[in-house]
Amino acid sequence: MRNKSVRQVAWAFALLIVTMPVWAHHGNAAFDSDKRVTMKGTVTEWFWANPHCFLQFDAKDASGNTVHWVAEGSNPPDMINHGWTKGALKVGDQITVTVIPVKNKKPIGRIAAVVLPSGQTLDGGFGAPAAPKQ
Amino acid sequence: MAAPWEVLPILNRARLSASGFKGDPQPRKDIAMPRRLVASAVLIAAVVVLSVRARAQDVARQPGAVYDFDKKGEKPAPAPKRDLTGVWEPATGPSGGVQATGAGAMPSDGKPEHELPFTALGRQTFMAHKPTFGVTQVPSALTNDPMPGCNPQGFPRVVLHNFRTSRIIQTPENVVILYEFNKKWRVIWTDGRQLPKNAEEPTWGEPDPPESRWWGYSVGKWVDDYTFVAESNGFDDRTWLDNAGRPHSDALHVIEQYRRTDRDHLEMTITIDDPKMYTKPWDAVKLRSRLQAPSFDIREMECAPIETEEYNKEFADPAAGLDSGK
Repeated sequence: MRNKSVRQVAWAFALLIVTMPVWAHHGNAAFDSDKRVTMKGTVTEWFWANPHCFLQFDAKDASGNTVHWVAEGSNPPDMINHGWTKGALKVGDQITVTVIPVKNKKPIGRIAAVVLPSGQTLDGGFGAPAAPKQ
Repeated sequence: MAAPWEVLPILNRARLSASGFKGDPQPRKDIAMPRRLVASAVLIAAVVVLSVRARAQDVARQPGAVYDFDKKGEKPAPAPKRDLTGVWEPATGPSGGVQATGAGAMPSDGKPEHELPFTALGRQTFMAHKPTFGVTQVPSALTNDPMPGCNPQGFPRVVLHNFRTSRIIQTPENVVILYEFNKKWRVIWTDGRQLPKNAEEPTWGEPDPPESRWWGYSVGKWVDDYTFVAESNGFDDRTWLDNAGRPHSDALHVIEQYRRTDRDHLEMTITIDDPKMYTKPWDAVKLRSRLQAPSFDIREMECAPIETEEYNKEFADPAAGLDSGK
């Protein structure tokens, strides 16, 4: 249990590092970079493409209404380096998503983390993957 | 002159003759090799096989793209002479050459030491550009960056914006660089030709008419056994130098230096020389890359308009407030 907590803290710290601004294509100006929103959702589309992959999912807001979210990841080569595949998600998958939301309050953001149905957690593919331990 | 396939038997004949053999140069059972010679040959063969295997274990990976990072305490073999061949990856990892906020050695971050030596025209052009990164960044909906929509980023932006895994191929006439980013390639001529004399009306000469190019005209040469220097001009001035909107004119002259410090490392330096935009040349990138395994397969990173359209419709436009009420 304690190990799990340590792992979660380490994971949060790792996310902080890997989501530092290395987004090469599209600027950061639209995003509320210091903010994170975490929610459970159902995948409606997983689009694997350049310049960036994106995920569409439905989640419930505080009032129980269904909200349709769109969240972008990085480009396919970087996503692969961060553990993703084209088939990582399919329509109907139940996931937990953490996004960096846009400033204009729309249900749009950048992927900070996704907990897959398998329980595996992947980041948004931004930043360098860690070098293997030596 | 003997044909190549005739030479070996001739050499064999000469060797046998020199050793005192007087007859048919076919192998014969009665020509006994001294035992010590056999032992030496076996020993040499064993050493060769073992070193080839050691090297194979060092570089062999399964087919695909498994990155080879620097390892603590490793001592790479010496660099081969006059050879840039191979797959090169920023030594810090696959994203080590991403320069989102502008040319890696001079990012657009407002620090005085990163202020470029603009001419009046250079500053005016820079201020007219609306990049999505750097001190003059605007929301992506307002950008006038010439690259989005899969338009050519050209050279040198490919290395000043997003230098990713690249394969270098050498032929007797040129050095070819295949870039992962947007799946582009360049030819640097090493056949002794000179750069176009007039950068604004560039041509390799008659009968080719002058034609500015997104990727310019490039020539290169070895300045010593481990240092290759290329120069380029003749650029189309519609591209930007980097992701932060740094400008260039049709007088742009780029100097690239590739220094192979050992078998596994290549240092790249890119210098920008554009007298219309900058009062003096400046170093834009200094990046160290690592050699990858021969089996390394560079992934596809192609900008497809059809995918970009979908991305803009579903994500980028609504994120920038350009949709009709999502």
